[in-house]
Amino acid sequence: MTDTTPNSGQAFKYIGRHRRAVEHRRFVTGQGRYAADVQLPGLLHVAIVASPYASARILSIDASAAMAVSGVHKVLTGDELQAQIDPMLPGVDAPKVARYPLASGVVRYAGEWVVAVVAESRALAEDAAELVNIQYEQTPHVIDPEAAMTDKAPLVHPDHGPNIIWHRKFTWGPVDDHFEAAEHQLSYRARWSRSSTVPIETFVATCSWNDATQILDVWASIQMPKFPDLLAKCLRLPGNGVRVHFDVDVGGSYGVKRGLKHAILVGFLARNLGRPVRFLEDRLENMRGGDMQGPDRIFDVTLAFDGDGTVRSMRMRAVDDIGAYSGRSPLQLGKPVGAIVGPYRIASVEYDAYSVMTNKTPQEAVRGFGQSPTNYAIETGMDKVARFLGMDKIALRRKNLIRKDEFPYLIPSGTHYDSGDYETVLDKALAAAPLDVLLKQRDVLRAQGLLAGIGISTCLEPSGGNSAFEPLFNAKNDTTTWMDSCLVRIDLNGSVTALMGTSTSGQAHETLVSTVVGEVLQRDPDSIRVLHADSLSALPSNSPVGSRMAIMLGGAAAGAAKLLKSKLLAIAAHNLEVDESALAYEDGDVFIQTNPARRCTWKELIEIAHRKYHRMPEGMEPGLQEKFCWEVPTGGQLPTADGRIQMYPCHSFESHVVLASIDPETGGTKLHRYVVGHDCGVMISPDVVHGMTYGGVAHGLGAALLEKFSFSEEGQLLSGTFMDYLLPSAQEVPPITIVDHCTPSPLTTFGQKGSGEAGYLGGPAAIASAVNDALSTKDVCIDELPMTPQAIWRALRPTRDAI
Amino acid sequence: MPSSLVTVEIQVNGVSHAKAIEPRTTLVDFLRDHLLLTGTHVGCEHGVCGACSVLLEGDPVRSCCMFAVQADGMSITTVEGLAPERGSLSKIQDAFCESHALQCGYCTSGMLVACHALVAQTPQPDETQIRDAIGGNLCRCTGYQQIVNAVKLATSPTLEARQPTQPQGREAAVAGASDD
Amino acid sequence: MKAAPFEYILAESVDHALECLNQHGMDAKAIAGGQSLVPMMAMRLARPSVLLDINRLPELKQIKISANNVSMGATTRQRTIEDDAEVHDALPLVRDALRWVGHVQTRNRGTIGGSLVHADPSAELPLAATVLNATLHLRSQASGDRAISASDFFLGPMFTATGDTECLLGIDWPVWSGEGITTAFEETAMRHGDFAMASAACQLQTDADGICLRAAIGLGGVDGAPRAFPELALQLVGQRIDTSIVREVAHAAAQQTEPGSDLYADVEYRRHLAAVMLTRALQKASLHSHV
Repeated sequence: MTDTTPNSGQAFKYIGRHRRAVEHRRFVTGQGRYAADVQLPGLLHVAIVASPYASARILSIDASAAMAVSGVHKVLTGDELQAQIDPMLPGVDAPKVARYPLASGVVRYAGEWVVAVVAESRALAEDAAELVNIQYEQTPHVIDPEAAMTDKAPLVHPDHGPNIIWHRKFTWGPVDDHFEAAEHQLSYRARWSRSSTVPIETFVATCSWNDATQILDVWASIQMPKFPDLLAKCLRLPGNGVRVHFDVDVGGSYGVKRGLKHAILVGFLARNLGRPVRFLEDRLENMRGGDMQGPDRIFDVTLAFDGDGTVRSMRMRAVDDIGAYSGRSPLQLGKPVGAIVGPYRIASVEYDAYSVMTNKTPQEAVRGFGQSPTNYAIETGMDKVARFLGMDKIALRRKNLIRKDEFPYLIPSGTHYDSGDYETVLDKALAAAPLDVLLKQRDVLRAQGLLAGIGISTCLEPSGGNSAFEPLFNAKNDTTTWMDSCLVRIDLNGSVTALMGTSTSGQAHETLVSTVVGEVLQRDPDSIRVLHADSLSALPSNSPVGSRMAIMLGGAAAGAAKLLKSKLLAIAAHNLEVDESALAYEDGDVFIQTNPARRCTWKELIEIAHRKYHRMPEGMEPGLQEKFCWEVPTGGQLPTADGRIQMYPCHSFESHVVLASIDPETGGTKLHRYVVGHDCGVMISPDVVHGMTYGGVAHGLGAALLEKFSFSEEGQLLSGTFMDYLLPSAQEVPPITIVDHCTPSPLTTFGQKGSGEAGYLGGPAAIASAVNDALSTKDVCIDELPMTPQAIWRALRPTRDAI
Repeated sequence: MPSSLVTVEIQVNGVSHAKAIEPRTTLVDFLRDHLLLTGTHVGCEHGVCGACSVLLEGDPVRSCCMFAVQADGMSITTVEGLAPERGSLSKIQDAFCESHALQCGYCTSGMLVACHALVAQTPQPDETQIRDAIGGNLCRCTGYQQIVNAVKLATSPTLEARQPTQPQGREAAVAGASDD
Repeated sequence: MKAAPFEYILAESVDHALECLNQHGMDAKAIAGGQSLVPMMAMRLARPSVLLDINRLPELKQIKISANNVSMGATTRQRTIEDDAEVHDALPLVRDALRWVGHVQTRNRGTIGGSLVHADPSAELPLAATVLNATLHLRSQASGDRAISASDFFLGPMFTATGDTECLLGIDWPVWSGEGITTAFEETAMRHGDFAMASAACQLQTDADGICLRAAIGLGGVDGAPRAFPELALQLVGQRIDTSIVREVAHAAAQQTEPGSDLYADVEYRRHLAAVMLTRALQKASLHSHV
């Protein structure tokens, strides 16, 4: 009954076309409704008192002066809060690494929230917050993750034990044999510094508790799986006691807006005070204590390869610094298992992964969930192999790329890549550049006295999402469900409405769903309204993570629409007294193929379904509404004992070609040409896909050249404002060209693959490749991001002439 | 502790508003909290991201870097006031929709303000001028490409075909290496 | 990030402003463009109990150009200066500097006086003022007027010679007369519009044979305050400006600085950048003179 086979190759009426996003109309007129825009009478505001120290005991808290300020309603401490709520637990088996919105007894990072002040206005709350007097006794802290791994390191969570919160060494395939047999080996370290996607909207949580209905209403800027359930659990409310309003517009997230601690805090306060409460993080709170910083990785990699460039095996040790508490952050070492060899035919892999705690701001899920750093580490190695062998790095990649006739391709860690044609995407990118012109330009730039280089990356973008890394990293957590849903209804007036059950932060889901439903029902997508149900009326969803919505929400919307279409055909067959096989469906009307005059129109069918039960087929449900809820394709399996798993179902692919120059006197990098070849199967909304790709490239540029959360040795965040944490502007991001290719997925409704992370997953690798190509003329390289002018200048130091 | 209130009268999108406010109320907070015009957004509160941009007497400014009282007697245009009339869009707003120049919409208000100000002064801006005009407006969704496309579309003398304008092939590669 | 509470006073005249400053002293702060001050107040790094708004004093917004001087009122908007073609002609170095200052939105509100009094060591306008040795006019109710040269005005990072009860009223910029005047302002920053990691400014006058008649050079962002190098500049006078003398002078100037260190530029790198920027500035300016 459920038809999810692809329609690839079939011409679409609406899918794949240029179409204005539905959401834009409200945003360009300033009519968006973000969590901070929600007006509630009697709203109170929260300001936070945060720890100034990386590690300390809290000796005393004196809130008396703050409470004395007129207009202050409450000063909440961790002691009071923790006694009444359940902790947030890590995504790995470490129950003693408990996290609460407010610290009690000890603080574990500078910026950790200690006290929440609630007042009539945010300004007043800040005034009162300054009057809270907290006495601390500093204790030893550890900032460096490698130091944190040693026996001598101060323990971030002594009750848990070592700072290594999770470790596993995976061996997939005969690694030792392959290393033994290979002609060469080379080793390197690649360092991905802590950065993040830093949305322009900070996290906002607005909560309102109703004593009569016993419902906590929540308006928050979230992007998080199981948010309502976790919120209810931590607040010790029944699941149906929390109503999260998913129709809040979220101002960008790209992974990070998990906000569970924010919402728990605000939810507690709303219930405690009997007044609606809002916490709107200011930028300082957000950067330091919003817990939205990204992966922070040290990769030590050894590649085993032959003289002809064939890469046989890889040993990768990845150490990730997750900061002082764990959410799902350790799992960001897990998702890359599903693309651990990148797009290459590497036959065996040893993956030694460590998730380490330090006294720093906690890490959160960032776009790609660990794949971009891993791609950077792999691509760095490919370029090094090419340089070692004196081989062109494009030729080296061609040698190793999985070939288009090898799909579905099983990688050593147990994931099948569904489809792809990597070499064609690479070729398209090279042709669009075009490479021969770039090579000439590189030479011209070099002749001008600059260093110049061309960078290449060929990277996987796994998509579709899955819970698979959860049981992989914690055998006790045997979960395999990763579903999404849609409900579609046709009302008595003949208009179509679809309901989705999660939030949107710029991915144009309303446009996605209306395009898909319009395609299936053959009705104008602009006439189809898509709404976000709240969590009490929503069907199950796992939120827009893991580039999953085109696949999962698109598939669910198509599934529901197909059920409706079937129903319409059945009603028509019954009324026209023919078999369904004799009927044709066109734009909502149904007619007999051999005699089109005999038909039931859209209007007629709707009337029958809603009002004329006597003309319905026996036993058919009245009305026109269908739901569709489905599991992720290839999901539903637990990992094997040796840690092999089908991680995500679908695999998009990107290839970047970049021309960069470096001013040798300043170390400053300039990008002259930026081309991305991209394949995400059938694009339902090409404008949306392209948009996210451009944005991903900009994120990648920031991570590669500008962005870093830097900490002092005392654990103080040094880049906690927008003056020190550098986001690229329109003057740093170059014009970008995208060229598309399509290898449909055999697993999805229309052949679509996911694409929310495009650009970001291959960008930093490509920019590093270009920088290192430029530096190669001086025989130096730089394997740490960001590659700031100072870092590049230092790398060049030994080779330069004295000035 | 509370300071005495000041009365301000500010014209916003053609309508005059008089309110008694704390002097420390920034212009953006005045617009959002006192006038309930929530189209202007707060991103950083320290003058870097540009999400709070409004037109002050026609010039784009960061409304988080001004106290509302400083705008007393002056006129402001916010994103809500950019459309020529209810139910229609300005050419630039329309081009933003056509070119997919926005995703989450959060920076969009400020972007539109900056673009309207640019085009008012430079009716046919080139790529460099566009990027310069929006250089003080940060976006994390779009990578700026389609925003630049949108402004070009809105200001092109002959309304071009809808092909997304992005640098193509050899010409772009030449242009890319020869600037500056 | 909401500012601490303050009392707001709108200055109705210069005398009114000075009276207010006299009465409140250190508790009061004058606000012009606010592009630096308001963020600092939002972060509660600055918390004046009295904010004195001097934006509506017409006498502080005048620009007067004469043959050898340009007077600017302290609250002249940077954008106004940027758009004024006559100021460009008279003060090409200020025009060059403004290209690097922030973004359109900040220049629409930011003022020349505000930038000078804020005295960020990396800011462009203080460097231009120092190189040209502009004269700053201060006044207080108690002590009246005083004129101070830019080289004496900037004392350290965010720290000037402005007294607690003084207000900057205006700036006089000397105009070089004659032919063959060229300028250059070179800067390197992490992003466009950011404060400089190092900046260099120079103004040269060369005769028809390419011999330097007059020179003024300076460095910004590489010390506690912008630095001018009149003695080194003299080394250029009487010379044909070629690569080797440019490098020598630039290197010598950089060596005289005491740069600070931050996330993006440490002491050694910054001093290196200073020499590079000044070399490029001098090369650019001398190139233009060979027309």
